[in-house]
Amino acid sequence: MNEVVERWKALVGERSEVVSNVVEKGAVRKFAEAIGDLNPLYVDEAAAKKSRHGGLIAPPTFPRTLEYGEIEGVGLPGQGLIHGEHRVRYERPLRVGEEVLCYTVFKDYYEKQSRGELLGFVISERVGESTSGERIFTMEDTAILTPALRKGLEP
Amino acid sequence: MNDTRPAWNPGDELESRTLSPITRSQLERYADASGDRNPIHTSDEAAQEAGLSGIIAHGMLAAATMSLLFSPYLKHGYVREFYARFSGMVYLGDELTVGGRTTGAKDTDEGCLYDFEVYTNRGEEGVASGTVGFLVYEDR
Repeated sequence: MNEVVERWKALVGERSEVVSNVVEKGAVRKFAEAIGDLNPLYVDEAAAKKSRHGGLIAPPTFPRTLEYGEIEGVGLPGQGLIHGEHRVRYERPLRVGEEVLCYTVFKDYYEKQSRGELLGFVISERVGESTSGERIFTMEDTAILTPALRKGLEP
Repeated sequence: MNDTRPAWNPGDELESRTLSPITRSQLERYADASGDRNPIHTSDEAAQEAGLSGIIAHGMLAAATMSLLFSPYLKHGYVREFYARFSGMVYLGDELTVGGRTTGAKDTDEGCLYDFEVYTNRGEEGVASGTVGFLVYEDR
């Protein structure tokens, strides 16, 4: 195990503080416009109210835009990370207007040789809960550290 | 939006959709809406400095394109599980096609959960692929 792996493996399981987010109507509309999907359930309050959902909901990939807090000791470069994978599992739809309590968990770090280069893989989990503590969604993302970025993390 | 409650059988294809080419203003809008302001998505210079041949689209925008396939059915359910793997860069001007097919269906307490394989392609080349679990509520 090299020093980067050793240092990061020690952080597995670390959690950030909890950050309160509100799923804002304006933010959801802007997001729906940006992804080219003005579904009435995302943007039309009257139509959404009459639907099975009983109100506006957020698009499936919206939660990535919320704030999840920082894990102490995880100094990831702000730029240059490659997004490798994204996963989200909902317990129920995310409702527009609701408050979501979010935090992040450092899940794993590992390295792999790819075409003669050493790449780093950072797995983070991001969770959204209601104010009564009920889980709404769980996200898992893989960020890839290029050899240059990885080099910058060496002691 | 579709008024009939959807039902799929394993092997059923979702109607593929070809989206309009990726533009600068679209990436600026997505950067603004998502808060992902990495300049490789909006600045030619930044993209070149990062060793790219040009501005690339946000991975999460490519992910969102796959979720579009289920938008017509949201009236009857919701996307319960979504997984995307990014396999290629998406550049300005790229015309993306999204599609998928049903791989399974199972009854749950809430309704029927359908599984899908989904993809985003540029021409014949895949840029993202993944799986979706879409839950269709029971009739009330």
